[in-house]
Amino acid sequence: MSTSTAVRAPRTTATRQHDVADGREPAVVTRGLSKRYGRDRLAVDGLDLVVPAGSVFGFLGPNGSGKTTTIRMLMGLIAPTSGTAAVLGGPMPGAAGTVLPRVGALIEGPAHYGFMTGRENLARLDAADRTADPRTRAARIDEALARVGLTAARDKKARAYSLGMKQRLGLASALLRPRDLLVLDEPTNGLDPQGMREIRALIRSLAADGTTVFLSSHLLDEIEQVCTHAAVMSRGRLITQGTVDDLRAAVRGRLVVETPDAGRAALVLADLKAVSVQTTPTGVEAELGDLAPDVACAALVRADVRVRSFTTKGGSLEDAFVALTGEGFDVAD
Amino acid sequence: MSPTDVAAVAPTEGTAAEVAERGGDVAKPTLGPVAPEPEAKAAEHATHPYLPRARGLLLSEMRLVFRRPRTYAMLGFLAVVPVLLGVALRYFTSGGGGQDGGGLEFVSQVTNNGLFLVFASLAATLPFFLPMTVGVVAGDAIAGEAHGGTLRYLLVAPAGRVRLLLVKYAGLVAFCFAATFTVALSALATGAVLFPMGDVPLLNGDTIAMDEALVRALLIAACVAVSLLGLAAIGLFVSTLTGVPVAAMATTVGLVIVSAILASIPQFHALHPWLFSDQWMSFGDLLRAPVETSHVVRNIEVQAAYTLVFGAAAWARMTDRDVTC
Repeated sequence: MSTSTAVRAPRTTATRQHDVADGREPAVVTRGLSKRYGRDRLAVDGLDLVVPAGSVFGFLGPNGSGKTTTIRMLMGLIAPTSGTAAVLGGPMPGAAGTVLPRVGALIEGPAHYGFMTGRENLARLDAADRTADPRTRAARIDEALARVGLTAARDKKARAYSLGMKQRLGLASALLRPRDLLVLDEPTNGLDPQGMREIRALIRSLAADGTTVFLSSHLLDEIEQVCTHAAVMSRGRLITQGTVDDLRAAVRGRLVVETPDAGRAALVLADLKAVSVQTTPTGVEAELGDLAPDVACAALVRADVRVRSFTTKGGSLEDAFVALTGEGFDVAD
Repeated sequence: MSPTDVAAVAPTEGTAAEVAERGGDVAKPTLGPVAPEPEAKAAEHATHPYLPRARGLLLSEMRLVFRRPRTYAMLGFLAVVPVLLGVALRYFTSGGGGQDGGGLEFVSQVTNNGLFLVFASLAATLPFFLPMTVGVVAGDAIAGEAHGGTLRYLLVAPAGRVRLLLVKYAGLVAFCFAATFTVALSALATGAVLFPMGDVPLLNGDTIAMDEALVRALLIAACVAVSLLGLAAIGLFVSTLTGVPVAAMATTVGLVIVSAILASIPQFHALHPWLFSDQWMSFGDLLRAPVETSHVVRNIEVQAAYTLVFGAAAWARMTDRDVTC
């Protein structure tokens, strides 16, 4: 991922963040949340997570970093070894009965009864929620199916569904009622590119209605496109959390200047306190550090450096992610 | 699947009509960016704290149990047993009783009166076939949901762990009765076709009229169904221990076999009164005049005790369980 313009237009995410701070209590707050499996495998270690109300919160981390364990604790499926978690103001798992009707969840992939149709599957989950009104059930089910584009397949048996259709059915179950919080674990898994776009559009429209969306994903691109906030986990610990713009800003990119005047350009950049300035056959490269790209560009031009192209590389969420969790491909143990 | 745009799918006419029919009780279809205000959400959550349960989880569970192809297969199998027994007795017996005792004391009576096929079939299926089907359904109850991943979705719905357990047990009770009555009704039909029906001689020589005998047959079937409830509770508990349904089913059916073996070894006689299968054959007492109830009552007590003990164990396990699959 590279960005070719040094100065970005302010992103929509930045403006949305201000709408977010509307004084509602955070959708999720954890304090020292930990989960130990067996004697010494600490899956989640002292997590202090705050998900602001109204945010689209990206939850990032390599495989095995404790994301799913955290989500399971937030949903009351497993009990924390220590620490506390509050969802929509209620302690979990204690307040599950009152909190969870306001939460729609897709956890670790969809799961359905294969011998039931899509509608019947949703009817069972809706019946399980004793605060859901059975009189409006049929209408709400059809509406949820329409929202995820599954109307045509609603009377087919779920075992005949493709992975993408199952994923859509799982999303439909999360949308059976208006929710205050949606917890979506890898929601675009198994979807074709068109389906991914649809789901992202859906998430944006839900967020625009004020629903807080907690989105776990491996797809940094996806997080960057839809999220206002993000947190990064690695080896059971929370490494960082904040707005996506802040995370991205933490990784200033690398400057690549193509110029025949490499020597002069290197001196100018060194004067501006750029780090690790190198001349290359085509020009000069440097790490920007605290230096703003626009300032660097103006200084180069003032010094009569003939600039053929001026590019910043990196500064994407992916760079931030790799910088925080390391390049390693191996599954964290 | 056609890549319809999620945010712009029009509601079907049916949906709109249904909504209108309910007098706008539902929030209007929230398609695209149009959605209820947060206040509306809060109101919806607040106005229906507890609703009538008739269309709730219990009914859903009954559908889950009885609309599953596996259930049809097992009930179909149970329905065939009396037919086979009837055909064998009608066409392949060389007259005369002389059957070995135990539960099959009814068999010799069948050729005289078709109604006895009901008692003979229940006696033939109670030691193994009926418990086997109950073991399959009970072992699958929680473990099957865990294995399929649907348990986590039921729990975040939220179904409530204790409520889910109670509903599962209710489903098992319904299956015990359905399985038993499948055998009984199939036997009644087969008996009526293959054998003469008439006044019924009781085990101690008296004779009762057909209608009274049918009432007794009903009571006996209920008694057999109740005999299975202890096993259902054991299976439900085993089912909470694992996420592998086959293991839970095999364990439950295995316990039936263990119980039968223990019952056949006289040296374990001190243990016998406490086996869940000890009084299973007590239903024969309902064919005496006057009805001898002590064993029947003892059977109900044993089943109730097993249900309480293993129900409590299942409750303890279920409320404490980390649902990780």
